[in-house]
Amino acid sequence: MIKIVKRGQPSRAIFFFTPVLAIFLTLVAGGLIFFILGFKPFEALKFFFIVPIADKYGFSELLLKATPLCLIAIGLSFCFKSNNWNIGAEGQLTFGAIVSGGVALLFYEQEGFYILPTVILAGAIGGMLYASIPAILKTYFNTNEILVSLMLVYVSKLILDYLVVGPWSNPEGFNFPETRQFSDSAKLPLLFEGLRIHAGIFLALAAVVISWFVFYKTYLGFQMKVSGLSLKTAKYAGYKGKKMIILVFLISGACAGLAGVGEITGPIGQLHREISPDYGFTAIIVAFLGRLHPVGIIFASLVVAITYLGAETAQIFMQIPKYTGQVFQGMILFFLLASDYLLFFKIKFIGLKK
Amino acid sequence: MHKFLIRSFVSSLVLLFTLTVAAVAKDVKAAFVYIGPTGDHGWTYQHDVGRKAVEAAGFKTTYVEGVPESADAERVLRQLANSGHDVIFTTSFGYMNPTNKVAKEFPNVKFEHATGYKREHPNVSTYAARFYEGRTILGTIAGTMTKSNVIGYVASFPIPEVIRGINSFTLAAQKVNPNIKTKIVWAFTWYDPGKEAEAAKALIDQGADVIAQHTDSTAIVQMAEKAGVYAFGQASDMDKFAPKAVLTSVENNWGPYYVDRVKAVANGTWNQKDTWHGIGDGMVVISDLDSQMPADLRSKVKKLQADLASGKVHSFTGPIYDQKGNLMVAEGKTADDGMLAGMMTYVKGVEGDIPK
Repeated sequence: MIKIVKRGQPSRAIFFFTPVLAIFLTLVAGGLIFFILGFKPFEALKFFFIVPIADKYGFSELLLKATPLCLIAIGLSFCFKSNNWNIGAEGQLTFGAIVSGGVALLFYEQEGFYILPTVILAGAIGGMLYASIPAILKTYFNTNEILVSLMLVYVSKLILDYLVVGPWSNPEGFNFPETRQFSDSAKLPLLFEGLRIHAGIFLALAAVVISWFVFYKTYLGFQMKVSGLSLKTAKYAGYKGKKMIILVFLISGACAGLAGVGEITGPIGQLHREISPDYGFTAIIVAFLGRLHPVGIIFASLVVAITYLGAETAQIFMQIPKYTGQVFQGMILFFLLASDYLLFFKIKFIGLKK
Repeated sequence: MHKFLIRSFVSSLVLLFTLTVAAVAKDVKAAFVYIGPTGDHGWTYQHDVGRKAVEAAGFKTTYVEGVPESADAERVLRQLANSGHDVIFTTSFGYMNPTNKVAKEFPNVKFEHATGYKREHPNVSTYAARFYEGRTILGTIAGTMTKSNVIGYVASFPIPEVIRGINSFTLAAQKVNPNIKTKIVWAFTWYDPGKEAEAAKALIDQGADVIAQHTDSTAIVQMAEKAGVYAFGQASDMDKFAPKAVLTSVENNWGPYYVDRVKAVANGTWNQKDTWHGIGDGMVVISDLDSQMPADLRSKVKKLQADLASGKVHSFTGPIYDQKGNLMVAEGKTADDGMLAGMMTYVKGVEGDIPK
C-alpha cells in the first residue's frame, strides 16, 4: 500500500533531486511520445540528446546556446528569490539589444578598443531601463509586475520592428527589415577559429560567480531570501522593500540586456526582427530547473539548450517534427512542478498487514 | 562473332553509363530550410510541395521546419552541409547572411537562397518568382468584381517585392475600372493569423468589397468569407478555406525549379544564377477561376494569362504615374528588372504613404 505523508522541512537532498527526477521523467515521456509517433525511442533520444553534442562543433554550439539562457536565468533568480515575478526578460533582452545595436551602428565602419565595451555597457543599461518600468510601477503604483513586464515584451518587439523596418534599415539593403552589419570592433571576439562560441560566455560565468557571492555571502542576499520566504517578516525586520525591488529588477534587466548584446554582437552581427528564439521565456524554465542556484542554473541551461539543438538533429536525421523541442521544454517544466510535490510530501510504502 | 563482341561491349558500356548516371543522380541529396511549419498552407507549404516533387524525381531530401532567422539558422545550415547534402535551399529572406557565411566554408555544397540578393560566393544562387504577374490578374478580377470601388490590400513589409505587387495589382484594376482605390493595411508580419484577420476586418469596415493579401495565412480569406466579400488566395490554392470568397489564388510553384536545380547538381551542370521566373516559366500559377465570375471576365483572364506568359503583355507598361503625378514609365515603354527590383513608390490610385 502507498501512503502519502506530509514532510516537515524539505531536505536539501530532495531539493536538488527533484530536478533530476523531472529530467528523467521527461526522457521517459519523450521516449514514449516518439514510440507512439512511430519512431524508435532510443534512437530518437540518441539523436536528440547525444548526437548534437558529440563533436567539438556541436559542443561549442551547446555552450553558445546555453550562454544567453544562463545569463538571463541568473538575473531572473535575483527577482524570483525575492518574490518579484519578472516575466518580461525577453523584452529586456530586446530593448538591451536595441540600445546596444544603436550604439554599434553609430560606430559603423569605425575601429577602436573602446567601441565594444561601450556597446556592451549600452546593452546592460538598455535592459536596466526597460526592467525599471515594471519595478517602478510596482513600488510606487502597486501594479502587478507580471502583467506589466509581460506586456512590455510585445512593446519592445514592436519598437525593434519599427527601427529595423524604418530609420535603422540598411540603406543598401533594398528596404528589407534589417540593419547594416556591425563593424568588427563592435563584435564580441570568437574564442576559437571556426567555432561560433564567443567572449559572451565570460559574461555569463561572471554573472554566476557574482550571483553566488551575493546570494550566500552578503546582507542583500539574506534580505532577498527573507523577503522571498515572507514579505511580512521582511517588513517587520525593517528591510527597505522598495529599494530592493528596484535593485533586483535592475540586475535582472542588465543580465537580459547583456544576453541580447551577446546575440547581436556575437553570432548575428546586426539587428533584425528575430534576434532571440524566446530566450527570455525559456530562461524562466532554466531558473526554476536550476533551483535558483547559480550552479544549478549552469546545468539547467545546458540541459535546456540541448532541447533546441536536439530538435534540429532529430528532424535532419529522423524527420521528427522540429517542434518536439518545445514539447520537451514544456515537459521539463511540467514534471518539475509535479515532482515538487515531493518537496512537501513523501510517499511511504507500507506492507499489507496480515 | 567479332561483331557480336563489339555490340555486346558497346551495349554493356551504355548500360554501365546509364547505371552510373542513375547511381550518381540518386546519390544527390537536397535539403530545405523552412521558416514556418509545413502545414501553414502558404509560403512554407508550397516550398514543401516543391520538395516532394524533388523526391518524386528520385532524389533524397531532408527538411528542417520552423528555423528562426536568429543565430540558429547558421547552425542548421552548417549541420546540413556537414551531413552529406549536396544542395541546400534556404527559403526565407532572413537566411541571406547565414547562407552566404556557411557557403564560404563549404565550397562543394551548392546553396540556393530564395528572395535574396546576395551571391557572395560562386556556390550561391538566388531565385524568386515574378508574383507581380499573378497580381496583374488579381487586379483585373478585383477591378471588375468590385461594386464599392474600394479594394482592400493586406500587406506585410514595405519592401520592393510587396510595393511592386500593390502597384501591379492597382494598375491592372484601374485599367478595367478607372474609379477604384486601393486601401492598404500594413500587418508587419508574413504569418500571423490574428493580425491578418484584424487587418482584413479593418479594410472591410472601410468599405472594401474585394480583399487582396500579401501575407501567408488563410485567416484573411476566412474573414472575407464571413463578411461576404471577395478575396484571393495567397501562395497556395485557398479555395477550400473560403469557397464563396476566394475567386482564384496565385500559387507559388517551386517544384519545376527545384527538380531542375537538383538535376543540375547531379549532372554537374549547376552554375551560379539569379532566377526570376513568372507565369511563362510556370513558377507562378493561377488556380481555377471561380464560377461566380462572369464568363467574359473568365475568358479575358485566360487571355491575359496567356499574354503575360508569352510576354505580349507586361504588368508595368507605360504610361505609369506615381501618386504625385510624376511619370514613372513613359508611354509604350515597360519597366526594366532594375526598376522593378528597387520599386519603392506607389503608383497613382493607391491610398496612403509607404511606412518609413
